[in-house]
Amino acid sequence: MTPRRILACLAMLVVTTVPALAANPQRWQLNMTPGVTEYSRQVYDLHMLILWICVVIGVIVFGAMGYAIFKFRKSKGAVAAKWSHSTVAEVTWTVIPVLILIGTAWPATKTLIWIDDARESEMTIKVTGYQWLWRYEYIGTDVNFISRMDRESDRTRMLRSGMDPAAVQRDGENVYLLDVDNPLVLPTNTKVRFVITANDVIHSFWVPALGWKQDAIPGFINEAWTEIHTPGTYRGQCAELCGKDHAFMPIVIEAVPREQFDIWLEEQNRLAAGDAGDSNAPLAQLAADDALLANATESL
Amino acid sequence: MATDTATTVHDDGHEHAPSFIDRWFFGTNHKDIGTLYLLFSLAMFLIGGAMAMIIRAELFMPGMQIVNPEFFNQMTTMHALVMIFGAVMPAFVGLANWMLPLMIGAPDMALPRLNNLSFWILPFAFLIMLSTLFMEGGGPAGGWTLYPPLSLQQGNSMAFVIFAIHMMGLSSIMGAINIIATVLNMRAPGMDLLKMPIFPWTWLITAFLLIGVMPVLAGAITMLLTDKFFLTSFFNAAGGGDPVMYQHIFWFFGHPEVYIMILPAFGVVSEIIPTFSRKPLFGYQAMVYATASIAFLSFIVWAHHMFTVGMPLGGELFFMYATMLIAVPTGVKVFNWVSTMWQGSLTFETPMLFAIGFVVMFTIGGFSGLMLAIVPADYQYHDTYFVVAHFHYVLVTGSVFALMAGAYYWLPKWTGYMYNETLGKWHFWLSTIFVNLLFFPQHFLGLAGMPRRIPDYNIAFSDFNMISSIGGFGFGLAQLLFVYVVWSCARGRSGIKVGDRVWEGARGLEWTVPSPAPHHTFTTPPKFDDRDLAHGDVSH
Ligand SMILES: [Cu+2]
Ligand SMILES: [Cu+2]
Repeated sequence: MTPRRILACLAMLVVTTVPALAANPQRWQLNMTPGVTEYSRQVYDLHMLILWICVVIGVIVFGAMGYAIFKFRKSKGAVAAKWSHSTVAEVTWTVIPVLILIGTAWPATKTLIWIDDARESEMTIKVTGYQWLWRYEYIGTDVNFISRMDRESDRTRMLRSGMDPAAVQRDGENVYLLDVDNPLVLPTNTKVRFVITANDVIHSFWVPALGWKQDAIPGFINEAWTEIHTPGTYRGQCAELCGKDHAFMPIVIEAVPREQFDIWLEEQNRLAAGDAGDSNAPLAQLAADDALLANATESL
Repeated sequence: MATDTATTVHDDGHEHAPSFIDRWFFGTNHKDIGTLYLLFSLAMFLIGGAMAMIIRAELFMPGMQIVNPEFFNQMTTMHALVMIFGAVMPAFVGLANWMLPLMIGAPDMALPRLNNLSFWILPFAFLIMLSTLFMEGGGPAGGWTLYPPLSLQQGNSMAFVIFAIHMMGLSSIMGAINIIATVLNMRAPGMDLLKMPIFPWTWLITAFLLIGVMPVLAGAITMLLTDKFFLTSFFNAAGGGDPVMYQHIFWFFGHPEVYIMILPAFGVVSEIIPTFSRKPLFGYQAMVYATASIAFLSFIVWAHHMFTVGMPLGGELFFMYATMLIAVPTGVKVFNWVSTMWQGSLTFETPMLFAIGFVVMFTIGGFSGLMLAIVPADYQYHDTYFVVAHFHYVLVTGSVFALMAGAYYWLPKWTGYMYNETLGKWHFWLSTIFVNLLFFPQHFLGLAGMPRRIPDYNIAFSDFNMISSIGGFGFGLAQLLFVYVVWSCARGRSGIKVGDRVWEGARGLEWTVPSPAPHHTFTTPPKFDDRDLAHGDVSH
């Protein structure tokens, strides 16, 4: 292989695997990731901006304090001064923080106004939280399914199951508690609007790679949107305490190129509209799921 | 009026010895009630801490090893309720009871019988609340915020929890009324409000916050109660109610509540730092005004706990700006503490160590608070371990460290003996190292995507959780050292008797009475010199 080919391969590797990998939690991960949307990148920038501001202020304040601790010790013969007031200092450290805050509020406001506008989206997904699974509906189609945690995670997470959480893998990645039977499939480079609600208690729809979470509230509909740029599998979890299995209702988004998505959606739509006798068809699955949900609700 | 009763019941002329029952159950002496409050809060701190140990043990590694998720949720909920209402709040009320009359030169609290009542409600309230853990239906498991509809899924034992919280609220309101009455009416002649020490100031403002918001909490949980048992639909969308409305009402109480737990801590630290810097408090008036501004702002920022519920844009912007604004008066306080130390003559006894630890680590909690105020970023931080790290920095290394500082600072005044300084320093260093091991990695966990209130997690979160748990166990054990230090100090184990002015740099009326402070002090109002005050020159 020529060096150039190797470089190209490496570049490919970086493009295809790193974003997807980096978007999901890693061991020893210290910081938020920039995610895979324009919004998540802006959030990351805001986060780093405010973090660095805090670090600088911290260095100044703790530095001054550390200096005082070492310099003004009684054991070193320090004699206490008598002053207890300084108008100049007090005005300075009131005004400068105000200016810093305005400087931070400005980009935050811009980002917030922009993310608030879900208009001109190309498709809408309805997300409904249940104790303890999610339902996804592709508005305007018959595609509508339930997504719940994978069986292996579910068996492993039982109290004293004796099973090893590290063994729950998919494609060489540990997906313990973060994998589902039916992922939410989304097209890349498409503005997708979400309408989010819940059926029983409050849940919260959160996939960190998208950069936001939005509460799912029974009786109310919340709105959010995203536009994913990088194909990949993005994992998240319910973020609002919703009862005993709150930790066990993951969210998986499978972002695929638009053409692939259109084919998938058409296929699902055909299956949904067509033969209900096939037990593998989403519709039949749905009927079964509905019965299950009804039981679950009754037993409450 | 009530003081008249107190003085007629207790003959001040001689030291008399009431029976144990009379003194500790029916007594109205502010020092005894202060002691009861402090011992009660220490007991609750240990119970709430034991629950935290269960939580950290389950989170030690991925997989469910010790408790089931239902019980785990009961532990997180109870841990918070016990620590907030049982440990931190009563501990500050205990300090207020002991120290306010001594600091302002009053013979007792203004309303001594009310004082007895507001304390004795608490043990029963907590007995009732904790007993739900053993009832059918179990303890509350929906988080200390008791958000409906989830909180309504608890069994009938919920009624006990709500009744217990009502009792705690009553106790707090009565305590607050007592503090306001005492501070406004019973200051020694010549002690104008703007000459008053800073600890009574912070408590005066806190007491108004308590009276302002505890009834709001009472309203919220009463509506929960009727939704659960009387078929109302305040928070039930199917009946025309609104579950988000509960959150608004709750946090209207809840945000001032966090200041109820931190303002008296500011007061304690503002007493201690000047003492061990041997220099007057820097910017006394700015401290008072900053406290008042924080208290005012605390009423208009509540929805920063709810940025993800789907508020309109205008609301989100307003609450973001208002919340960021709190950084200004809070910053003023931190700068003032550092300036107090600047060009001082510093020594580092245990109270000072805890006070310095407070300033540093509370500021770290303040930084993460500022980060959380940025709405777009909060869409990521919200309900993750980043939030858990944030509020434990302000509550544990903030409020609890200030309480420890205050306990070491005034223990010699209470007992007449010096505590064991070596063990006190050990307690400080062990606590500081372990508490950072416990909470600092939780920032990383949250940023990496770990939601809060989960009993089990992905392998990616395992390493920092293990470190955090180790820190938790270490911090928990270090507190047993504190219990020993307090016990041995109270028994006079050190053998070192202390004088009136325990600390060389200590100023204020509490250091003019003997140690241990006699049962009755300031039966005649003291005369004092402005130079006796901790903040020295009060002309500005
Ligand atoms: Cu959920
Ligand atoms: Cu708040």
